[in-house]
Amino acid sequence: MRPVTFFRAGSIDEAVAAVSGHPDSAFLAGGTTEIDLLRLNVVQPTLLVDVNDLPLTYLEDIDDGGVRIGAMARMSDVARAQRIVERYPGMSQALLLGASEQLRNMASMGGNMCQRTRCAYFRDGQSPCNKREPGSGCAALTGVNRGHAVLGTSDHCIASHPSDVAVALVALDAVIRTIGPDGTRTIPIESFFLPPDDTPSVEHPLAHGELIVAIDVPAVPVARTSRYVKHRDRVSYEFALVSVFSAMRVDDAGNVAELRLALGGVGTVPWRAHRAEEALIGRPATPENFAAAADAEFADARTTPMNAFKVTFAKRAIVRELSEVTS
Amino acid sequence: MSPVVGKPVNRVDGPDKVTGAGRYCGEIVLPGLAYGLIVGSSIANGRVLSIDETAARAAGGVYGIMTHQNTPKIANQPHLIPSLAGQPAPGESFFPMQDDVVHYWGQPVALVVADSLEGAAHAAALLDITYEAGVPVATIEDGRSSAAEAQTLFGGLMPARDERGDVQGALAKAEVTVDATYHYAANHHNPLETGVTTAQWDGDRLTLWDSTMGVRASQLTVATLLGIPLSDVRVITHFVGGGFGSKAMVWPHVTLAAMAARHVGRPVRLTLTRPQSFTSNGHREEQEQQIRLGAGRDGRLTAIHHRKLSVTSPFDDWAEPATGVSTQIYGCDNYLGEHHLIHGNTLTPTFTRAPGESLGSFSLETAMDQLAYELGMDPIELRIMNHPPVDNHGNAWSSDGMADCLRRGAELFGWSGRDPTPGVREEGNNLIGTGVAGAGYPVAFMMPVQHARARIFNDGSVVVQTSAQEFGIGVTTSMAQVGADALGVDLDVLRFEAGDTDLPNTTSAVGSMGATMQSSAVHNAGTTLRNELIAHAVNDDKSPLHRLSPSSVRVEGGRMSSTLDPSIGESYADLLTRNRLLDLEALGSWTPPPIDTPHGLLTFGAQFAEVAVDKDLGLVRVRRMTGVFAPGRVLNPKLARSQLLGGMLWGLSQALLEGNQIDRQSGRWALNNLGEYLVPVHADIPDVQVEFVEVEDDVVGPLGVKGVGEVGQVGAAAAIANAVFHATGRRMTELPMTAEVVMNGGSPG
Repeated sequence: MRPVTFFRAGSIDEAVAAVSGHPDSAFLAGGTTEIDLLRLNVVQPTLLVDVNDLPLTYLEDIDDGGVRIGAMARMSDVARAQRIVERYPGMSQALLLGASEQLRNMASMGGNMCQRTRCAYFRDGQSPCNKREPGSGCAALTGVNRGHAVLGTSDHCIASHPSDVAVALVALDAVIRTIGPDGTRTIPIESFFLPPDDTPSVEHPLAHGELIVAIDVPAVPVARTSRYVKHRDRVSYEFALVSVFSAMRVDDAGNVAELRLALGGVGTVPWRAHRAEEALIGRPATPENFAAAADAEFADARTTPMNAFKVTFAKRAIVRELSEVTS
Repeated sequence: MSPVVGKPVNRVDGPDKVTGAGRYCGEIVLPGLAYGLIVGSSIANGRVLSIDETAARAAGGVYGIMTHQNTPKIANQPHLIPSLAGQPAPGESFFPMQDDVVHYWGQPVALVVADSLEGAAHAAALLDITYEAGVPVATIEDGRSSAAEAQTLFGGLMPARDERGDVQGALAKAEVTVDATYHYAANHHNPLETGVTTAQWDGDRLTLWDSTMGVRASQLTVATLLGIPLSDVRVITHFVGGGFGSKAMVWPHVTLAAMAARHVGRPVRLTLTRPQSFTSNGHREEQEQQIRLGAGRDGRLTAIHHRKLSVTSPFDDWAEPATGVSTQIYGCDNYLGEHHLIHGNTLTPTFTRAPGESLGSFSLETAMDQLAYELGMDPIELRIMNHPPVDNHGNAWSSDGMADCLRRGAELFGWSGRDPTPGVREEGNNLIGTGVAGAGYPVAFMMPVQHARARIFNDGSVVVQTSAQEFGIGVTTSMAQVGADALGVDLDVLRFEAGDTDLPNTTSAVGSMGATMQSSAVHNAGTTLRNELIAHAVNDDKSPLHRLSPSSVRVEGGRMSSTLDPSIGESYADLLTRNRLLDLEALGSWTPPPIDTPHGLLTFGAQFAEVAVDKDLGLVRVRRMTGVFAPGRVLNPKLARSQLLGGMLWGLSQALLEGNQIDRQSGRWALNNLGEYLVPVHADIPDVQVEFVEVEDDVVGPLGVKGVGEVGQVGAAAAIANAVFHATGRRMTELPMTAEVVMNGGSPG
């Protein structure tokens, strides 16, 4: 691996100054993806600014019932935190179904928001890849792409987003809080994950040196019965073929009163199923309507011969999940 | 004290492994050690045009860079022959960096040696290599039009076509037929420890610490390639972190490590990275198989036609011999097996977990299941009916056990009363099914004479030695058991030493033959020494055993005594001490029967599986597996069970998870790490039951050991696929059986 300069930041200001003052620098949190990519020569910073000592491991209550999660809180700690388990069980489940316990003990929540795709053509450091090397093309379009996205794709990139917990967070309308050279700001999570369009290399609206310091999860009462189900080839320790986060309230008349639905494994970003939500809210909670909503969500899906099965798979997974939640 | 062979003795090297005290070949520390890293080509077909080393050399800490321009020419290129034959055993009949031609993606084009592994990796990334790239042909789809029937396999060692009777005629006349075509993805071995070699020169003498399944094969191959005397090459291997066939042959990196050490004048440790382990030591090739069965209404097989098409390298006619399995455990007068090959841009495929038998048996055993349905017969009865008392040459089995394995397995698994109707057992979102398959793995006597040495000191302690290496199967433990019983001493006074070509020769522990070969040599060494000691005693007028007939002397716990009066006797130690003998040693050897010995030679087994198939999503989970095997004498049931269980789980892995494919544009393997190339994790592992059927075998060596190295995987994937059919009514003709295969694919049976 390339020689890198390592700097352990003692404060947020120091970390932000160090990265923003150096053109080839990057923050280093848990390192569970970043170190791999360094070794693979996929990312090539010459200065790594370690943010593990920053006082960002907290979880605290905000507003009336929401939770602020420090960016350096470890995934394993967040998964088992009482307030997460009680208020957002689906988020806790998403965390526990991600990676392995060893990785979750290292990986941070802020780092997870910046997790890179597992697309083999991105990770090989050689193939044409617009995400890694803008303008070089996309080998995945006609390559081995069973695991790739069917929603939110473009002619320039079909890489799927790998995170589980981010799927829960887009359903919960979380907000990313950052501190950068230009001060603090908040970014609604759906604006944080950028679809590839014609700039797949730009995955987030973060400025160079802008550090995620916290994730705010608002109070979402319906999320107290939320669930996350992850379907994959291997029972454990694998990225999702399709995952479904759902939180639904059905009123006394049998109509869907509230619904939060998001999908993993199928999108270029953690996929909030807005169309399905719109199709169902106010309508009877029946398997037929669930199926129609799933159809609506995938109406614009773009598939390859290898990943076309994901559409059928995901629709069935949605119908099953909503049916089980209802019953 | 009773014999220790057959006892579930714990691994003697267990503490060393779990505490880290055991040194693997990549952990050998030598003064001045340098670190080598191979740079693989990033094209699959073409030429290296230029290699600019400027930036790499400027990176600092670089001791040397080897390319085709300065790599020494090899002295001889041995041809590919299985290492079991005891000859030089290169993984492919090709050695890289001899010219600028690139035959496959990842082919070594440079080797960087530096003062750290990280430094070598950095310099390697800075090499500026340009290529002239042609279009690769690396998949069946790419090369189908160039396929041709192979005449021989394994460098001429065995015929690629085997024919008896009149298959076409018999198929035409058959009352019932089954015709199925299968596609199998390539498999990679993925032992936890990737290939690694540490090389050190002392003048003209070379020492290699090589992670290998055969120290002798490494010695022979490296000496031949370098053109130096065998006596100048010593190979040491005390611990290996798994092989699964990837270390059965000797791949170029082993010799490159030796060349690099000479090039930089320092010892060199050369480690394959995980991605390189996908392009450096073979794989199980992508293949298509077709099987046609003909049978009478009574269920008796009248015709078997088994055809395989696969991709091999430009250099070798390699195909894992997959069709022979169809003429092993079932009898049939009309048989045709044929192998067709595409020469493409890949390295030579190699032995991989039950080579040939695992996929060959998938075709045969799922077709047999289909036949059972066509006939309305129980699949166990169909198998037993077709299992003959003799092999396909008419030779009686050296030992059988096939029917007993099926019957005992049926009992353990709870087969009786099974409703064969497919697709009718629903539990929640799942469809439930059960399946069975037969298993057989050949005992192949292609190895040379095997040797071992036993040595006793005058305090009664014993060392038994042979060159075989421990690669996780427990040979260090089981051979100590064999040596202790042969010599008549307690296990705790005996140490077994192995993993060094300076010790008496045994052949690579491959093809499920390791335990047979080693135990035969060790047993004979121990027995020879025992007989010498007894002879000393009965000829020694100071011994209480003086003038007894040797046959009336027994030994237990290191003490010789009269079989008539056990109070008359003395210990080995007393005999040696009194005679001022500091030690005594004996060499034991075992000459295997000829390869065409007139016996049917197979290890038999039976596999059972129960699956739950998600009826909407197609995901298959195995709920339980039962395997019953008849491997002859079991040296250590704990170790044997572990090995068979491991084989069964690799079968599960092959059935549901493992599969790699080549990117058709680049010719590169699409998956190159353990995040994406899936093998089972604990959560995938169901309740697995392993049991033995006892059979005595006096052909396969003095102890009657047939081996458990491969047969555990044979039939396991087929049992799972048959269970999937029972669950869903769909025939699986593709491996791995991933969700989309089960959802969309398969054929209604």
